[in-house]
Amino acid sequence: MEDLLAARWQMAVSLGFHIIFACIGMVMPFFMATSHYQYLKTKKPLYKDLTKAWSKGVAIFFVTGAVSGTVLSFELGLLWPKFMLHAGPIFGMPFSLEGTAFFIEAIALGFFLYGWDRFSPWFHWFTGVVVGISGLASGILVVAANAWMNSPAGFDFVDGQYLNVDPIAAMFNDAWFSQALHMTLAAFVSTGFAVAGIHAYMMLKGKNVEFHRMAFVIALLFGGVAAILQPISGDISAKDIAVRQPAKLAAMEAHFETGKSVPLIIGGLPDVKNKKVDYAIEIPGALSFLAHGDFDAEVIGLDQFPEEDHPPVMVTHIAFQIMVGLGMALVGLSLLFFFSRWKKKEWLDARWFLWLFVLGTPLGFIALEAGWTVTEVGRQPWIIYGVLRTEDAVSPIPGIVYSLFLFVGIYVSLAVVVTFLLIRQIKAVPDSLRKASDPKENPFPSNS
Amino acid sequence: MLYVVIVFLAFSILLYVLLGGADFGAGIIELVTPERMKNKIRARTYETIGPIWEANHMWLIITIVILFVGFPAVYSLLSIHLHIPLLLMLFGIIGRGTAFVFRHYDAVQDEMQRVYNLIFTVSSFVTPFFLGLIFAASIGGKIDPGAVDFLGAYVWPWLNGFSVSVGVFTVAICGFLAAVFLVGEAGNEAEKRFLVTRSRLFILATVLAGGVVFLAAELQDVPLVGLLLGEIVTVGILLLATVAMIVLWIQLPKAGRLLSRALAGFVVTAVLLAFGYHYFPDIVITSAGENLTVFNAAAVGKPIETLAWALLLGSIFILPSLGYLIYSFQKEKNPASHRG
Ligand code: HDD
Ligand code: HEM
Ligand code: HEM
Repeated sequence: MEDLLAARWQMAVSLGFHIIFACIGMVMPFFMATSHYQYLKTKKPLYKDLTKAWSKGVAIFFVTGAVSGTVLSFELGLLWPKFMLHAGPIFGMPFSLEGTAFFIEAIALGFFLYGWDRFSPWFHWFTGVVVGISGLASGILVVAANAWMNSPAGFDFVDGQYLNVDPIAAMFNDAWFSQALHMTLAAFVSTGFAVAGIHAYMMLKGKNVEFHRMAFVIALLFGGVAAILQPISGDISAKDIAVRQPAKLAAMEAHFETGKSVPLIIGGLPDVKNKKVDYAIEIPGALSFLAHGDFDAEVIGLDQFPEEDHPPVMVTHIAFQIMVGLGMALVGLSLLFFFSRWKKKEWLDARWFLWLFVLGTPLGFIALEAGWTVTEVGRQPWIIYGVLRTEDAVSPIPGIVYSLFLFVGIYVSLAVVVTFLLIRQIKAVPDSLRKASDPKENPFPSNS
Repeated sequence: MLYVVIVFLAFSILLYVLLGGADFGAGIIELVTPERMKNKIRARTYETIGPIWEANHMWLIITIVILFVGFPAVYSLLSIHLHIPLLLMLFGIIGRGTAFVFRHYDAVQDEMQRVYNLIFTVSSFVTPFFLGLIFAASIGGKIDPGAVDFLGAYVWPWLNGFSVSVGVFTVAICGFLAAVFLVGEAGNEAEKRFLVTRSRLFILATVLAGGVVFLAAELQDVPLVGLLLGEIVTVGILLLATVAMIVLWIQLPKAGRLLSRALAGFVVTAVLLAFGYHYFPDIVITSAGENLTVFNAAAVGKPIETLAWALLLGSIFILPSLGYLIYSFQKEKNPASHRG
């Protein structure tokens, strides 16, 4: 494998791994805080158990997020030193603020995890909320850095020089808002449905049904609302890139020729050589409408760009179809959930209903990875859109493929161990229920 | 404003070495603890570093961010030429962090614990070793920006006696910090006696490794003796450190927790300070003779200014809450809560 390809894969694998843990780290604290709040209000011990059960899982996810994030901050240089040489000072603002957010998150987590029965209950609750808010803030900040790669701002590019750098303008680039909004919602959708699915499965097994129902409802209240808002935010993103990154939109839609009143292509296999899409459903004028709010508007196609500036059409198109398809499926599940809470309470216990949500467990995360594939692959061949090519940024060191193999090995083992620990954690829940009445119980097993 | 950034850079490195170092050291101590004591030491480690573990490793991230935002040329050059040891250090960081948490949060205590413990102790050793090695390679003068052959560009800059000896020295320092730190946490006399012996062992190891560093530097033409001869400031600092070390050796069994920790912290701070003073303003010394300094490698214009403000703003939030965290968990610890 050539080094450039290996470096791209290593970056993609590392980010794709980190994002899962980052999302869980951003969203679970809100679920915990909700359940914790219910406990403080209603004094039902089950809510306390739920909060604690979740917080143990979160500790495992948190450390995996932290180490994979640390790896990333080195990898940016290890793989793309020439990118960081120029980009570091320009898009560094979000990272320097993110440092603060991480720190606060870590400190608050220390208070929260080790603070049961040590602080006043509401102070303790509040530290949990701080974990969530600072997690969200760090997510939004780092996405602002990524948005800068899509929509470079805050410097003048003259004769290969990066002049008049303004880090604040770089942070608030044109893409940051649409990406941050979409990403934040996506974190709630993916984590919400994953958590709900696991608890739905436990309800099906008939263990601690009341406990798991509480968890299921909290996760879906967040995940469901976010899933319904997601297409709206996705539409904002699409309208935005239609103007900013027309080549990416064209690749997403496999739209080869510029024209007016362009149809929306659903599904299908792009045939890049012959510039057409096989087996697709076409909705007349819909792409023009979605991109520019007018059925007759002109949409720029790939023909407007030289061949060497085309993103990989196949990957981008298919990833986009996966994201949108799953997004719609999740909207459906969310509507079903809210409808049954409102009108058909008996469905909430029905096996078919729970099975639907069990099947929904991975969908949010698949959509999330697909969405990032759209954004990142759709930016190619640029690492900084229109400014620096990915191939010009890669490290000169040979043999990157070996470090790729090592990282894949490490991430696969970590994923296996985390899954294994999670299963043990879930199986141990009845244990913690039995001990629940003992206030002095040590929440953390120590092997002393 | 550049000076604000430089101070923060130095400060984060120092705190990472002190706090992160004590943290790594706990794993190193575990490695040299006889089987029958291991469980106690493990429990002690968990009680002491559990709540602040996550915060400790943040100092490394702050250091990296300061480097790539403020001194991109340094970050970029080191990333290229020290790619291999940086990767090895990363593997250490991954192994350590995950094994530490997994072993305490695994809902079932079984043979998996053996695996976690093995990974934890080995990576506690590997990480500081490469940290020290990278630090030494950066100032060792063996980085050749023009090298075209693989070994010359990517291996010899760090695979040399000087860098390796600094790696070993760093491991010794971490063990020393942790041993002294844990003495204050000992649950009973036997445990305390054990930890005092370990502390003295690591004091010896540190002094010995320090000697080897100078020897290796001489052999490799790294101009380090200036640190001992000639510069009045560094000689003074190192003398004070030696005195502190001797006091610590004698007083350790009797001294209060605070005093012994302060002395240990002082010793390590002094060593770093002497190094820093000796090399300032160089960060990377290359064999081509064109060194990167905190001045010529700094980003120009606004990035430094905004970085400085972000750091200042951040510390307003961070320092008080971090202080309160440490205070809360120190205050409420009482001997009765010590199981073991
Ligand atoms: C749960 C995950 C999820 C779901 C259900 C959706 N998305 Fe998405 N999408 C993402 C998760 C995601 C993401 C978080 O992975 C991305 C990558 C970068 C970003 O900002 O969000 C993304 C990017 C992304 C982009 C590219 C933005 C850019 O490059 O700047 C567009 C145009 C859309 N999405 C549009 C949609 C539409 C129309 C959806 C309709 C249902 C949709 N997304 C559902
Ligand atoms: C869209 C992409 C990303 C998002 C949404 C995101 C978000 C997050 C979040 C929420 C955390 C907290 C971890 C947790 O709670 O489990 C985290 C950790 C971390 N991330 Fe990311 N991140 C992203 C990409 C990156 C990148 C590209 C880098 C490196 C440059 C990075 C560096 C880090 C670091 C260093 C940590 C560890 C902080 C700690 O110790 O708490 N992240 N990330
Ligand atoms: C966490 C969510 C993210 C995922 C899943 C993701 C995914 C990917 C993928 C699939 C690639 C390879 C694209 C290709 O070469 O075809 C890539 C490249 C890259 N990404 Fe992201 N990305 C994420 C967020 C970020 C963020 C937040 C940053 C930086 C701030 C970032 C920086 C990069 C860089 C530097 C590259 C390599 C250059 C390139 O291929 O353009 N990514 N990412």
